[in-house]
Amino acid sequence: MADARKDWSFHGGVHLDDHKAESTGQPVRRLPIPDRLTLPLHQHIGLSAEPVVRVGDLVKKGQLVAQASDYVSASIHAPTSGRVVGIGPQAVPHPSGLYDACIVIESDGKDAWTDLPEPMTDYATLPTADLRERIRWAGIVGLGGAAFPTAVKVNTSGQRPIDTLVINAAECEPYITCDDMLMREQAADVVEGIGILRHLVGARQCLIGIEDNKPEAAEALRQALSTKADTGTEVVVIPTLYPSGGEKQLIRLLTGREVPSHGLPAAVGVLCQNVATAVAVADAVLRGRPLIERVITVTGRGVRQPGNFRVAIGSAADFVIAQSGGYSDAVRQLILGGPMMGFAMQHDQVPVTKATNCLLAAAQDEVPAHPAERPCIRCGECVKVCPAQLLPQQIFWHARAHDFDKAQDYHLFDCIECGCCAYVCPAHIPLVHYYRFAKTEIWAQEREREKSDLARRRHEARVARIERLEQERKARLRQKKEALEQKSGESAADPKKAAIEAAMRRVAAKKAAQPPEPETPGGE
Amino acid sequence: MQFATGSSPHLAGPQSVTRVMALVLLALVPGTLAMLWYFGWGLLINLAIAVITAVVAEAAILLLRGRPVAATLIDLSAVVTAWLLALALPPLLPWWQTVLGTTFAIVIAKQLFGGIGFNPFNPAMAGYVLLLVSFPVTMTRWLPPEVLSGNLPSLADSLHMIFSGTPPAGQTWDVISGATPLDQMRTELSQNRMISEIHKSPLWGDFGGRGWEWVGNWFLLGGLFMIWRRVISWRIPASMLGALLLVAGLFWAIDPETHPFPAFHLFSGGAILGAFFIATDPVSASTTPRGQLIYGALIGVLVFIIRTWGGYPDAVAFSVLLLNMAAPTIDYYTQPRIFGQRKSNDA
Repeated sequence: MADARKDWSFHGGVHLDDHKAESTGQPVRRLPIPDRLTLPLHQHIGLSAEPVVRVGDLVKKGQLVAQASDYVSASIHAPTSGRVVGIGPQAVPHPSGLYDACIVIESDGKDAWTDLPEPMTDYATLPTADLRERIRWAGIVGLGGAAFPTAVKVNTSGQRPIDTLVINAAECEPYITCDDMLMREQAADVVEGIGILRHLVGARQCLIGIEDNKPEAAEALRQALSTKADTGTEVVVIPTLYPSGGEKQLIRLLTGREVPSHGLPAAVGVLCQNVATAVAVADAVLRGRPLIERVITVTGRGVRQPGNFRVAIGSAADFVIAQSGGYSDAVRQLILGGPMMGFAMQHDQVPVTKATNCLLAAAQDEVPAHPAERPCIRCGECVKVCPAQLLPQQIFWHARAHDFDKAQDYHLFDCIECGCCAYVCPAHIPLVHYYRFAKTEIWAQEREREKSDLARRRHEARVARIERLEQERKARLRQKKEALEQKSGESAADPKKAAIEAAMRRVAAKKAAQPPEPETPGGE
Repeated sequence: MQFATGSSPHLAGPQSVTRVMALVLLALVPGTLAMLWYFGWGLLINLAIAVITAVVAEAAILLLRGRPVAATLIDLSAVVTAWLLALALPPLLPWWQTVLGTTFAIVIAKQLFGGIGFNPFNPAMAGYVLLLVSFPVTMTRWLPPEVLSGNLPSLADSLHMIFSGTPPAGQTWDVISGATPLDQMRTELSQNRMISEIHKSPLWGDFGGRGWEWVGNWFLLGGLFMIWRRVISWRIPASMLGALLLVAGLFWAIDPETHPFPAFHLFSGGAILGAFFIATDPVSASTTPRGQLIYGALIGVLVFIIRTWGGYPDAVAFSVLLLNMAAPTIDYYTQPRIFGQRKSNDA
C-alpha cells in the first residue's frame, strides 16, 4: 500500500539538523509531583476556563478545578491532590512575560485520585455526542503545541463529511522528541486513540504521517497496528523536511489535498490530530482520565541530562529541569517549544502547560545571537522556502512601511510563522517578527474600527433618538396647542353665545309663563 | 535565572549578504581573467580605479548619512557594483571618467535612494549610461582584442593613456583602438553591406567578434556557477537570452543578409554578462517567479530592438534600466498562487 501511494510534496521548507538523538537515549521517565502546581486558566485557544474551586478548598487528583467557560474553551483538572492556595495572576509561559490568572495547588503528597467517570470501552456503540462530551470533560486540547480544544475540532457536524483522519506524528521541529518517545512506548494507546477518533468523525481511512528520522516509532506503530488488525490505518513515512508537521503541509504530503486558504482541513474531508492528542483521547475515553500530565522533551546543551519526562501539568520549568539533571554551564536561552517556532522565556519560573512540548535549554552555539539586521536585497531565498507559497520579501516590505492593506494583499494572514524565511535570509531580517507585528497591528486596528463603528452607531442612534424625542415633543406640543386652541375657541365663542342664548331663552320662557299684562284692567 | 530572549525562529542559516556578494565576485573571476587576456592591462587599471572609488565614495556617503560604515562596506555590494561597471568600460577610458561613473553609481544611484536594497535602478548600469551619454567618444573607443591586434598596450602605456588621456607618442587613437563587433556590424549594415560580406572580415570568429565571443563563454561559466550555488535563479538569464535568441532568430530567418545570426547577438557586447550578472541584480529586478520570466524576456527583446533600430550599438544597460522601472508593476501583477488558493483568480 505504501509503495502504491503517490509521493506528494509541499513547496519550500528547509533542511535542519534535527538534534533528536540527544534526547532519545533513555526511556520516558516520570518526574515526581512538585509541592506547588500552577495551572493557568488560559492554556488553550479560546476563552479562559472558569474556576470552580475557592482558595482553601481541598482537591483530589483528577478533580475539575476550572470549567470550560465557552464552547471554545477547555476544562482544567487538578494534577494531584492537595489544597488550593491561590487563584490569581502568576507568571505564565507567554512571550510577553506578562502574568495571567492561575489556580495554585499545594500538593498534600498523597496523590489521591478523585472518583473518575466510567471507562467507555464500548465506545463504538455509544453516540458520538457522548464521546465528545467525555473529551470535552477531560479538557483535551491539541498537544502538538497549538492547544485548540479537541472536542471542538472533532465536532464535524454541519461540515463536509470527513473521510480521512490524519495523525500528525511528523514532529518536524529540531530537538523535540516527545511524540517520538510516546509512539515508541505507547504505540498501542496511539492506535486505540486513532480508533476512537475515526469512529467519532466517521473517517474511512487514517494516515499517520511520520518523518523518516523516526524509524523506531514508525516500526512500533506498525507492530501495534498489525496486532490490532486495524484496517484502513496506515503509517506513511515522509522525508524529513521542516515544516512537514504543519497541518496543511502534512495533509498535502499525505493526501495531495490542499486545504483552502483561510479554510479548515474539513473543507477537503480531513481531520488532523496530533499523536499525543490521540493518546489523551484514549486515556479519557477508555480510562476515564482527564488531561493532567504530558510527556515533554528537556534538551539542549544547556541541560546535563537531555531526555523525555512525564510531568504533571502545572509543574514549574525550573523544577522540571532540576529534576531532570539541572542546567549545564553552557545554558544561554530557555525556549519553550522548538528552536523554529518556540518562544524564549526570560526566566524559568513558569509552569508547564498542556501546550508545552519541549524545554530547550540552548547553549550559545546551538542558538546563536541574531546577527544585526541588514536591508533586504530581495534575493528571493524566502520565496523559495515558504511553505505557504507567499512572497515574504513583499510582505516584509509593506509591513515595515506600516502599509498593512498591502501586506494583506500579499496574504499576510496565510503565513504560518514557521520561520523558514527568516532562517534562510542572508540579511538576517527577523521576518516572522515583522509579520507578527503586522498581524497584531491589523487586529488592533480591527478592534479599534469595531469600537469606533460601535461608537459611531451609538452616536447615530443617540442623534436619531434625540431627533425622534424632539419630534415627538414637538408633535405633542402641537397637539396640545391644537387641543387648547380648539377648546379655547369653543370656550371663547360659547360662553357669550350661551349666555346670550340662555338669556334669550329665559326671556322667552318668562314671556311664555307670564299672563298677559292687564294693560287695560276692567276694559273687557 | 535570567535568560536571553529573542523572536523565533531562534536558528539562523549560514547565508549572509557578504557571502552572496563574494560568490558573485567569485563567479566574475573567469570572465574577468578572459577579458584581461584579450584586452590587457587597461581593464585591470579600470577595475582598481573603480573599486577604490566605490569603497571611498560609499564610506564617505555613509559617514554623511550617519550610517555604520564598516558593517555596510563588509557586504561587498559596492565592490560588486564597481567591478561590473569596470567590466563594461572601455579599457583605456580616462581615469576621471571611471571615477565619475563609479561615484555616480554609488552616491546617486545607490546611496541617495537609501543604500543597498533600496535602489530602484541597477547602480552599475546607471553609472555606465551616465558615461555613455556624456562621453560617447571615449566610451566607444574600445581596444581590439589581443588576437586581432597582436600586441596590446604595455602596462606603462596603459597607465599613460588612462591617466593622461592621450595616446603614447607617435601613435593615434585610431591606430590603437577599434570598434566593438556590435559597433562594426552596425556601421557596416548602415552602409548596406551584406552579412556574408561582413563576415569575411578578420574581425569575425565562429559566432561573434573574434576574442569577444570567448569572453562571453567565461561569463557564462560564472553564471552557471551562480545558478548552481543558488545565488541567482535560472529564470532571468534564461528568459533574457531565450527572448533575444528568439527575436534575433525570427528576423534572421526572414532576412539573413541584413540580420546577423542569432548567436552573434548572444556572444556580443554585454548580453551574457548582462543576463547573468546585471539583469539578475535582485534589488532592482523582478522578484516573483513569473515576473522574472517576463522581466528577463522583455530585456532580451529590448536589447534586440535597441541594437537593431536604436541609436546605440549595445543596449543591455538601457534595457535593464527600463525594465527596472517596470519591475514593481510586474511583481504586483505576477503574484504566485499561494497555498490553498483556488486555481481560478478568485482571490
